[in-house]
Amino acid sequence: MTDKKLKIATVSLAGCFGCHMSFLDIDERIMELAEVAEFDRSPLTDIEHCGNCDIGLIEGGICNSENVHTLREFRRHCKILVAVGACAINGGLPAYRNYIPLEECLGESYLDGIGVENPQIPSDPELPLLLNKVRPIHEIVKIDYSLPGCPPSADVFWKFLTDLLAGREPVLPYELIHYD
Amino acid sequence: MSKTFTLDGQPIPFSTGQTIIDAALDAGVYIPHLCHHPDYTPHGSCKLCSVIVNGRVCSACTFPAAEGQEVLSHTDELNEDRRRITQMLFVEGNHLCPGCEKSGDCKLQAVGYYLGMHDNHFVHFFSPRKLDASHPDVLLDLNRCIFCTLCVRASREKDGKDVFAISGRGINKHLIANSASGLLKDTDLEASDRAAHICPTGAILIKRTGYTTPIGARDYDHQTIAEVSLERERETHDG
Repeated sequence: MTDKKLKIATVSLAGCFGCHMSFLDIDERIMELAEVAEFDRSPLTDIEHCGNCDIGLIEGGICNSENVHTLREFRRHCKILVAVGACAINGGLPAYRNYIPLEECLGESYLDGIGVENPQIPSDPELPLLLNKVRPIHEIVKIDYSLPGCPPSADVFWKFLTDLLAGREPVLPYELIHYD
Repeated sequence: MSKTFTLDGQPIPFSTGQTIIDAALDAGVYIPHLCHHPDYTPHGSCKLCSVIVNGRVCSACTFPAAEGQEVLSHTDELNEDRRRITQMLFVEGNHLCPGCEKSGDCKLQAVGYYLGMHDNHFVHFFSPRKLDASHPDVLLDLNRCIFCTLCVRASREKDGKDVFAISGRGINKHLIANSASGLLKDTDLEASDRAAHICPTGAILIKRTGYTTPIGARDYDHQTIAEVSLERERETHDG
């Protein structure tokens, strides 16, 4: 391996940041990781746009137009794009709204819900438009690897990244594969 | 001398009339399956147990074993087919494992783990399906039904009732409860029925029993479905 550090970008789309928290559960191993890799766009760095990266980790599914743009930015800039966690893989918890028409969801939240004052559907042009359904990310762009779990455990991140960094094809042992 | 066929090169003894899958299970060899259960009439619908018999693809749960057959099961190609079939089952229904109390004990999930399935590959249907919570003791969640018909067969063949059936065709296929109202509470299903416990997924659940076994101590947390399936098979025979 050259001295140049690998670049990793991470983002949470329609997710809860639980996968990122689980990633941080690698604890002191992050020091080891920092010797061979550096973070580009990520909640850990506050960099706003993704530069050219080796690995992009995507948490969460796609629920609005901004998610689509961000995901496509990651796909353009990351050599290896990874779906991290149940929401990225199958929509997860946010996908429960897929069974209720969007208009009804908005109505319940902003018009008819208990305790709603000044009822109105938010329409500020700054707000990204909601998609009619929450979608897993492989339905929008090509995904190279998926790390299942809600969230994937720290050991899943560690096994996957150390395999990749060592130039091995990543393999998850049975005990690390969970859909929940 | 007992009769034998070969499964992935290994000789498997069988008795007349036995299917390939049952002979294999008796010999301690697991062939992935979801709709099959040795106690019930074979259904042959899930296709996970597809094997190659003398060069042709057959369902091991319906195909009778015969002297000198050459059967292939654990080939890369068949396992890839099985993974795709499992992914199709996942996108056709609404299988959101983190919110399901069967998680860890679910055979659909366990087959996915066994086959090294990390994603669902296909486009999700996200089609709304019914949930019937009318019965005092049993919950019916059609989102998780994979049409294996084990509950249909268990009710008819073991419970002597006729609580479940499959209705509709193709994309409209769905499980129905046999009552005038269509509700589970108006059938003669009881929580002690075999049909209430046979579901491989979380489509039929006994109420107020969720999470009594903690996550980490469930069927497939540390053992593969191959190991669990063969263990259960041995218990049935020894018992």
